[in-house]
Amino acid sequence: MKLMPCPLNGSRNISEFTYGGEVAAMPDPTACTDAEWADYVFNKSNPAGVVREWWLHNASNYWFIAERDTVTDTVLRTFDPGEIFKTRIDFTPHATSQENPA
Amino acid sequence: MPFSLLRYGLSSEPRIKPDFPPPPPLRDAYDVVIIGGGGHGVATAYYLAKHHGITSVAVLEKGYLGGGNTARNTAVIRSNYLTPESVRFYIASVNLYRDLSNELDFNIMYSERGQLTLAHTDSAVRAFRQRCEVNRHLGGRSELLDRQQIGELAPLLNLDPGRLPVLAGLWHVDGATARHDAVAWGYARGAVRRGVDFHPLTEAQDFVVEKNRVTAVKTHRGTIKCGCVVQAVAGASSILLGKLGIRAPIHTYPLQAMVTQPVKPFLTPLVSSSALHCYVQQTGRGEILIGGGSDPYPLYGARSTSDLKEGLLAHAIEMFPFLANAKLMRQWAGITDMTPDYSPIMGLSPIDNYYLDAGWGTYGFKATPICGVTMAELVASGGKAPELIRPFSLDRFSHFRQINEMGATAASH
Repeated sequence: MKLMPCPLNGSRNISEFTYGGEVAAMPDPTACTDAEWADYVFNKSNPAGVVREWWLHNASNYWFIAERDTVTDTVLRTFDPGEIFKTRIDFTPHATSQENPA
Repeated sequence: MPFSLLRYGLSSEPRIKPDFPPPPPLRDAYDVVIIGGGGHGVATAYYLAKHHGITSVAVLEKGYLGGGNTARNTAVIRSNYLTPESVRFYIASVNLYRDLSNELDFNIMYSERGQLTLAHTDSAVRAFRQRCEVNRHLGGRSELLDRQQIGELAPLLNLDPGRLPVLAGLWHVDGATARHDAVAWGYARGAVRRGVDFHPLTEAQDFVVEKNRVTAVKTHRGTIKCGCVVQAVAGASSILLGKLGIRAPIHTYPLQAMVTQPVKPFLTPLVSSSALHCYVQQTGRGEILIGGGSDPYPLYGARSTSDLKEGLLAHAIEMFPFLANAKLMRQWAGITDMTPDYSPIMGLSPIDNYYLDAGWGTYGFKATPICGVTMAELVASGGKAPELIRPFSLDRFSHFRQINEMGATAASH
């Protein structure tokens, strides 16, 4: 059994978790080009080495970030996303302004 | 002949007739450098020499011939995919496979047994009907079977595993298997005899790029000038593309498989179940080969995780309960380069003379011959992608034109 050190629940069996993809900076969906958006959606750095990625603890529905080595399959560090995401991202500023015309 | 055989039988010296000469010295320059000496790489070299008369070709392999995923796949050959683009491509591949032993004068042990995929839900039956019709429309042989017909094809198959009774089956008559090593050996021998240089233990480490063209490939044995480069390195695709600063939609996952001890022949078709994420076939030697879905998260290590193995075996036993008494002989994993739409990436790259044969994930072996033909054509024409592979270009992702084959994998990864 491989263990994942969850920042919220402590060490748990890795089968309780779902892999959520690499952590990547999202371009502004309303301002970026199609090519920039496609690059964000599809392209991966996929390194043979340490990668920073999203993980979900299924039972508690808690998303966190792990630094994992993809060659040795060892988790180096896990932490709450709040450590790097300091402000809330509003995904629908455009839609909101349409619903409530000034 | 009888006398020579008798003489051979009585002589103490074995008659040594090597298929390959020892590797030649590395030349300073080649017209074409192919990185990756697996099935796809050597097939491309073979057709470059045979169809286009291009023999200034070097195949660079960091290990040995066909030692990567060519040696690790489960040798399934089929064309029952979902989209017309894929089906057309794989049917061309199956047609080449049928005659490959004659073509190469090398027995690849092609065995057309048919492939049976089991549907356990109504939605799977609907999807299978579509795959069946697409396949037939484009010239493949597929039909839907009911439970009784399935029972006749695979008498020891459990038709009511757990809460998932088998409702129907997609019977693909063209489904086949072959000896995977022999495919690489046959192509490599044919290529080397036509003048191609095969360099084992030669790792491509870096590139020299001038004016958006690769002018030389750096290996640990020296630098080779090149006219163009073909990349066919499966699990290492992202790493090599990274040297050129190219980002690709590829995630590297291990894919596991295992075989049991040999038993008496009991199973002719290749049987897979999409809901149980498992496929089972009996090899020519009698071993029962069990394969499944990819590991749950990306890895570059072929050391298998035990969780997935446990689940895979449980499902294999659900399909064929008597397997519970069979002993496992060995298990292994291949490092696969998965794309988001489960279709390959073939053709041009952002570098002018650098051609891609990547993203082959879990379905590369069955496409080996047609990859060789089309990649050779792409190289010989100086970068004009053949019709058959145009839909699989890298830039399909920036235009949001994916070719979704996720549902058509044998074990629904």
